[in-house]
Amino acid sequence: MALLDVTNLDVRFALRRGDVQALRDVCFSLERGERLGIVGESGAGKSVAAFSLLNLIAKPGYIAGGSITFDGQELTAMSDRGLRHVRGHRMSMIFQDPMMTLNPVLTIGEQMVECLKAHRRISSKEARAISLRKLEQVQIPSPSARLDQYPHELSGGMRQRVIIAIALLLDPDIIIADEPTTALDVTIQAEIMALLLELCEKHNVGLILITHDLGVVSQVTQRMLVMYAGRVIEQGPTREIINDPQHPYTQGLINALPQMATPGARLNQIPGSMPSLDNLPSGCAFHPRCGFVARADGSTRHACTDEVPDFVTSGNCRVACHMVAEMLDRERIPAEEIR
Amino acid sequence: MSSTAHAPAAEPASPLLEIRGVEKRFSLSGDFLEQLKFKGGKLVREQKHVHAINGVDLDIQRGEALCVVGESGCGKSTVARTVMGLLHPSAGEIRYDGERIDDLSHQALMPYRRRMQMIFQNPYASLNPRMTIQQTLEEPIRLHHPDWSPQRVKQQVAEVMTSVGIAADWGARYGHEFSGGQRQRIAIARALAVDPEFIVADEPISALDVSIQAQVLNLLMEAQQQRNLTYLFITHDLAVVEHFGTRVAVMYLGRVCEVAPTATLFARPRHPYTQALMSAIPRLEDDRPQHIRLQGEVPTPVNLPSGCVFHGRCPHANARCRSEIPELIVSDDGSQVACHAVEEGRID
Repeated sequence: MALLDVTNLDVRFALRRGDVQALRDVCFSLERGERLGIVGESGAGKSVAAFSLLNLIAKPGYIAGGSITFDGQELTAMSDRGLRHVRGHRMSMIFQDPMMTLNPVLTIGEQMVECLKAHRRISSKEARAISLRKLEQVQIPSPSARLDQYPHELSGGMRQRVIIAIALLLDPDIIIADEPTTALDVTIQAEIMALLLELCEKHNVGLILITHDLGVVSQVTQRMLVMYAGRVIEQGPTREIINDPQHPYTQGLINALPQMATPGARLNQIPGSMPSLDNLPSGCAFHPRCGFVARADGSTRHACTDEVPDFVTSGNCRVACHMVAEMLDRERIPAEEIR
Repeated sequence: MSSTAHAPAAEPASPLLEIRGVEKRFSLSGDFLEQLKFKGGKLVREQKHVHAINGVDLDIQRGEALCVVGESGCGKSTVARTVMGLLHPSAGEIRYDGERIDDLSHQALMPYRRRMQMIFQNPYASLNPRMTIQQTLEEPIRLHHPDWSPQRVKQQVAEVMTSVGIAADWGARYGHEFSGGQRQRIAIARALAVDPEFIVADEPISALDVSIQAQVLNLLMEAQQQRNLTYLFITHDLAVVEHFGTRVAVMYLGRVCEVAPTATLFARPRHPYTQALMSAIPRLEDDRPQHIRLQGEVPTPVNLPSGCVFHGRCPHANARCRSEIPELIVSDDGSQVACHAVEEGRID
């Protein structure tokens, strides 16, 4: 059994005008030490997916259905006390903005010691020693001096290193990183991602990396999910999806990157924009922007506008698309006829 | 008036915009009284400055898209704002079409304001929330063409809205009713409304999603072809530069360290900082990042390093780099590099 198993996760936000479904039928799993990327544009639900793993969704959001099993325990049914043990200890989180995550009125050392003492019965001296060791692991220059510094005295890249050190403090099984490098410059981003990758490999820590940057995902993760309008629409090994995306949205996303076009030529844009979650199109949520609703022979594939697509397996990937399902069906029939 | 007499004789290759030795300092010390300090029993005046840009020289040719790249704090936005006259340079001069514009009065600057327009990064902040789209787009036209009839203004607004892909009958709506991508289209429409020839775009797509970025970049390229625009394009995204730019200027800590045609720069980055920056782009193709790790962090622009501003992080720095500021030197392939090591042939 996988370390983390998410099945049919359904997260809603109770608003005055009714419930808005932020996640529908989200399923994925993570093996011990595996690195998983969750990709999508803003509003796709990738952050909600990550937050719901630790039941960190703030009201009016709530988990309406589905299950999250972590190491054999059901997290959706767990008490606050039980969740507190998991949070930070077994699964820790790295947020996007390193300035907002650190407490500005406590020194780095105080914050690290506080976190350790909340989970373990140890003396302040021991906690400080562990903190120092973690700061050394994240390759911060002069780590012992940093312990007595305040967050504002550090640069953005160093703050994110401190946050990684805090995330690693209790030797978690999984780190959830929500856009950890979006607020940083490219050269710093490259260093932070390299560090995160190195530490995860060395300590066999699982990583769930949420990002909109396909380049980062392709360099760091082994498997990836692509999300659109609250659903997972494609998942599989990162290399396979990047090299041969099946879902028209994934194809569009990759082809829209400037590096995929000849310099100066028109970029391959996806028309339109992501629908709002309280007013989703019928059938496949992507169909109004999809170029494959019409078949090659000119006929319309009505399933796209009428039915929500189920997952089909294509190679090592799972894709929710009627067009892909139809193509796979067509390939299968001749093979059976030959037999 | 002598300049008009000279104009026909000017060679066609004269740049549209010339930036010469421009510096911009921002004072950190407050007003005069706050600057007074007691030191050793004497009253002295102390001033601290952020040196945002230090001696930038750039030419922008007609019809090209010059991209300025660099990391946060390198002064690229300050260059954009200084060019637009939103900031006054502390030293140096800016010439537009041969005329010096940085010392002009507001009144004298007006004709240039019509010819040069700006697109800002955040379309959520750059549109007035209390104005309809129609009002937003009419305002610059009315300002620059006070003699136009209301019909003509409306017609111009309708034309410019259609050209950016916003239905002309949406004019009665407010900014918040549009998505980020649509808002940026409206901001582009506002810039195009007065038929400018030069557009400064400060990170126009970095607040947008990937699929929307492609739409807006395509729109900017179409506008360039149809209207023969010249762009000064500020960005931190090198993938966008590779696609969009005619030439690229790389900035570090308020200085230009390399200027080259886009293809040349990407095929063969010369300056050690450019090389590090290029190697840090996350690419789809490779599995493992092979990036050049720079030592340390960007120094503060309050106390600039002596000599080359990059020497503290440069693997090739020597004594000369620490003491002497490198100038941009034109090399054989048309690129300009400000690096002693490149000049001396220590690195290739």
